Amino acid sequence: MADPPTPAPPFTAGGMPVEHSRWTRFDRWWLLFFAVLAIVALLVYGVQPPYGDIFAFIKDGIVVTLQLTIVSFFFILIVGMLGGLGRVSGNRIIRGASSLYVEVVRGIPVLVWLLWIWYALPQLRDSLGNWVIGFAPGLGQMILDARIPAFTAAVVGFTVAYGAYMTEVFRAGIQSIPKGQMEAARSLGMRYIQAMRYIILPQAVRVILPPMGNEFVTLLKDSSLVSVLAVSDLTRRGREFVARSFLSFDTFTLVALIYLVMTLFFTRVTTSAERRMSVEKR
Amino acid sequence: MADLIIEIKHVHKWFGRVHALDDVSLDVTAGEVLVIIGPSGSGKSTLLRSINHLEPVNSGDIIVDGIHLTGKSTDINAVRAEVGMVFQQFNLFPHLTAQQNITLAQCIVRKRTTGEAEKVARDLLDTVGIPEKADSYPSQLSGGQQQRVAIARALAMNPKIMLFDEPTSALDPEMIKEVLDVMLALAKSGMTMLVVTHEMGFARAAAQRIVFMDEGKVIEETTPDLLFTAPKHERTKLFLSKILEH
Repeated sequence: MADPPTPAPPFTAGGMPVEHSRWTRFDRWWLLFFAVLAIVALLVYGVQPPYGDIFAFIKDGIVVTLQLTIVSFFFILIVGMLGGLGRVSGNRIIRGASSLYVEVVRGIPVLVWLLWIWYALPQLRDSLGNWVIGFAPGLGQMILDARIPAFTAAVVGFTVAYGAYMTEVFRAGIQSIPKGQMEAARSLGMRYIQAMRYIILPQAVRVILPPMGNEFVTLLKDSSLVSVLAVSDLTRRGREFVARSFLSFDTFTLVALIYLVMTLFFTRVTTSAERRMSVEKR
Repeated sequence: MADLIIEIKHVHKWFGRVHALDDVSLDVTAGEVLVIIGPSGSGKSTLLRSINHLEPVNSGDIIVDGIHLTGKSTDINAVRAEVGMVFQQFNLFPHLTAQQNITLAQCIVRKRTTGEAEKVARDLLDTVGIPEKADSYPSQLSGGQQQRVAIARALAMNPKIMLFDEPTSALDPEMIKEVLDVMLALAKSGMTMLVVTHEMGFARAAAQRIVFMDEGKVIEETTPDLLFTAPKHERTKLFLSKILEH
């Protein structure tokens, strides 16, 4: 990518640069992020008991929550991009399959997807394994022994469910690019896939950056649903601490504040990425 | 006729119930500049777009540089690389600079190295008169400059044929001349050009032949001088009287 062109000079009044131009361009919502971060730090390191103990207990959960969200989001982006390309495909079968995927998955709550993959799928595996073992003992045993860790199950569940939402985000982005762009690319001899790769998708990604960031933050919050699986995320660690200490108010307040710190942070990062992209496009 | 580069034979195209091209036949010789005029909806843009298969036709045959476009096994991308197209709305790639607009397809279709492609781009930007705009994004350029970049982008592929689909219709009046000048120079260089336009000055100056279309049919096909001085058909006369009056 080329260097972005030099940004427009700050607003001037009577030829003099307006003072505090840095301040006016500064995204003030960062202040809310720092305020909440300060409250958390004050509780944990200033007030100490019980918050210091709670934090020590749940901090592993923060890492798990972030890992789960980021790993899932990576796969969600891949599924969403392929799904989005499928939704605008000229091939009826591909288009139909992508649409069916979106319609079916969107109609089922994320929590139910997670429960199904974690509790229902193993039963299916056992039935299948016991049936196969009758005529192919080796293969049957392999099926019966197949165990997926809770973390992987959670990633799969989120990828399936959010992949459908992301498919629609990508479809909308691709369709927002004027038809002339594809025609110009094709008229230069580019193949459909090349035109998508070099012309349509780079523009579509700029368009869908806000909804993409929104999906990420929603996923970060929905990741708390995995506490029904055996994944020790932030929420589950909080519940475990409450179970042993009965400090419901303090624990869940701290958990809530930590989620807020994370979502505020990622919302800000998305916003500044959007700004940079729009400067580059000028 | 020697050196036929485009042969269009009895082509029909339907958009739903609209008969956009109604038994159109047209031959173009290599090096010829052909201007197509006609009222809006007469099928002239559709005809142009069918030549590089942006608009597949329903029946008839189109042969470009010896390749049948209507054949099942035709590599349409190979044909398109030989046929440059300039659009009414420019259709520059807004996320790329002027130079990148010109180099991208060279690198991925013509397999040129970045260095080669950039040299071609700089030479062409020079030819169209805006060498200083290489690093500008399309949104930083005027309409006339954008259209000149679009012409350079098409020329960078070394096409044998250039198609112009109302290249000046979206431009402010003071920018039309700079684009027409580039097109005139291109016509003088011997490029085969098919131009859909309402610029009768350009038709007079550059065209060897002029085609008048109406309701999907080729009504009249003659030289510019004859068309303007002695149009044969009533519909041609009516159309010319409307566009030449003001």
